Amino acid sequence: MPEAVLERAHEDVHKTQPWNNPDAVPYIRFENVTKKFGDFYAVDDVSLDIYRHELFALLGGSGCGKTTLLRMLAGFEEPTSGKIYIDGVDMAGVPAYERPTNMMFQSYALFPHMTVEQNVAFGLVQDGVSRSEIKELVAEMLGLVQMSKFAKRKPHQLSGGQRQRVALARSLIKRPKVLLLDEPLGALDKKLREQTQFELVNIQEKVGTTFVMVTHDQEEAMTMASRIAVMNEGVISQTGTPFELYEYPNSRYTANFLGQVNLLEGVLVDDDEKYAVIKSDEANCDIYIDHAVQGHEGMTFWAAIRPERLRLTKTEPEETKYNCVSGKIEEIGYLGGISTYHVRLESGKRIKVTEPNTGRHNEPTYTWEDRVWVSWEAGAASVLNK
Amino acid sequence: MNGKRSTFLISALVFGFAFLYVPILLVIIYSFNEGKLVTVWAGFSTKWYVSLFNNDGMIDAAWNSLRIGVMSATLALALGTPAGLVMSRFGRFKGRTMFSGMIAAPLVMPEVITGLSLLLLFVTLEQLVGWPAGRGLSTITIAHTTFCAAYVAVVVQSRLSGMDISVEEAAMDLGAKPAKIFFVITLPMILPALLAGWLLSFTLSLDDLVIASFVAGPGSTTLPMKVFSSVRLGVSPEINALATLIILTVSIMIVIASFLILRSERMRNRAANGSDA
Repeated sequence: MPEAVLERAHEDVHKTQPWNNPDAVPYIRFENVTKKFGDFYAVDDVSLDIYRHELFALLGGSGCGKTTLLRMLAGFEEPTSGKIYIDGVDMAGVPAYERPTNMMFQSYALFPHMTVEQNVAFGLVQDGVSRSEIKELVAEMLGLVQMSKFAKRKPHQLSGGQRQRVALARSLIKRPKVLLLDEPLGALDKKLREQTQFELVNIQEKVGTTFVMVTHDQEEAMTMASRIAVMNEGVISQTGTPFELYEYPNSRYTANFLGQVNLLEGVLVDDDEKYAVIKSDEANCDIYIDHAVQGHEGMTFWAAIRPERLRLTKTEPEETKYNCVSGKIEEIGYLGGISTYHVRLESGKRIKVTEPNTGRHNEPTYTWEDRVWVSWEAGAASVLNK
Repeated sequence: MNGKRSTFLISALVFGFAFLYVPILLVIIYSFNEGKLVTVWAGFSTKWYVSLFNNDGMIDAAWNSLRIGVMSATLALALGTPAGLVMSRFGRFKGRTMFSGMIAAPLVMPEVITGLSLLLLFVTLEQLVGWPAGRGLSTITIAHTTFCAAYVAVVVQSRLSGMDISVEEAAMDLGAKPAKIFFVITLPMILPALLAGWLLSFTLSLDDLVIASFVAGPGSTTLPMKVFSSVRLGVSPEINALATLIILTVSIMIVIASFLILRSERMRNRAANGSDA
């Protein structure tokens, strides 16, 4: 390839993936941030870089510290130790009302005694913007979130989805450097949530603001975010794009949190430069990995295999030495697009396999108590050591 | 079985309500009695209402009570609101338990003790600093303010703790400073609670006999004091008429107050689970 083309490709990557560019300057920076409530570490020594124009998601279960991290960015909590920078400015001691951030609250927190228009205008009024300008900006913003018709209504006359739009408009109107979203779609029902996910992404692309959102819903995070940080007990366990996190998890926690996974515990018995073999007593099989594994023989590893990467057959495959186990079908879950099978292995371990239902008139292939073989390719499993 | 239980429940209900309200009903009925004897019915008349309005002592006392009520309810609101705010918004601070205990104390303190201690306070203050000079309307107002402030604090606190704190945080996030947040966001949202607190205080002040008797001075007879003293001389049907008017006023106030509380509660509920609206 000519050098110029390569360079352009590189530039492109650096533009769309600033985290892969060593020269890129992070827009938001957490430096060894710790937050203690009494003796409890809500956030424990977190360092994190977020770049401009990103839609960054903090993902984790309840009590993992993701909301505390967000609230420290907004200025509602001060870190016990560590530093937070936004656009190069140290945020220590800067009160919430002077920060270049705005937040969309989980409960939306609309002012109940004000109309939609007044709610959206509130931030501008605080800044002393002229009335004519406020009117113009509010009308424009309500247009963006398609709420112009409801400008004169009070919050209690709106549906949940409409309130969510008003909250979004209110938090965007000051053109903050960073928009913080606390479970932005948490209060909506499933159908509306899916629709709103894409809308929110579109609006983000339109206004170009950096979004940092907190969510416990892995699907939501994967649909919307450019990158995700998975948090657990106050610590970030992994940061990466949705693809990286799903295909290359670094721990059992991440693998389990994003999507579904079968974890087979085993011991490294053969380690070469090109391949590795893990012997799993739990599944009673040898797992062949098509790359070298960092570790010495005898170490415990977990092979993480996604249910959709497993192949289900009624007959014994030709090659059964590696990556093949047999068992009985114990449960079947028909989900329309796919079916989920729970297979009880001879060793007693239960694993989950999903198969797409491609044809409409196909007879169900498997039924309860069927004896089946489950096999997978050498590249299907990721090897985890924690 | 079901029918049996409901008969029992209904009779319990009827008995309970009768126990509470028949005496009051009797007072109202007898206020329209023609005769001079309070307990003997002699035909319908409104003459006791007329004679009540010609009784200067009674009217003066009512006027006193009204002034004290308005003043102490207003003062109680000014003192109780910040107290309620501190209790629900300042989180944990040293002495919080003692503070909340001390705010609630006047609610359960026997009135005799409150009255006596306030009397001692006023007398001591007069000797030390010369104020309040003698006892009268102002001392009664101060006394009523002390215990009414406790009620206001409790009402305001409960309203605030039911309020989503992120609404105030949102205001701060959008650039409003704390003092501005209080006046532009918090105050309008707790307005129904403030009105209810004021009405409650006014009613309590209007009602009070014991504390007022302790701290009253010459020329500051309140309505309950006047009624009490005239009953000792023998119950006149005029008192029945007066009682009816008081019941009417108090009921109206209570109805308005509870309506305000109820409405703000409903607004809150609707705001909380409005996704189905």
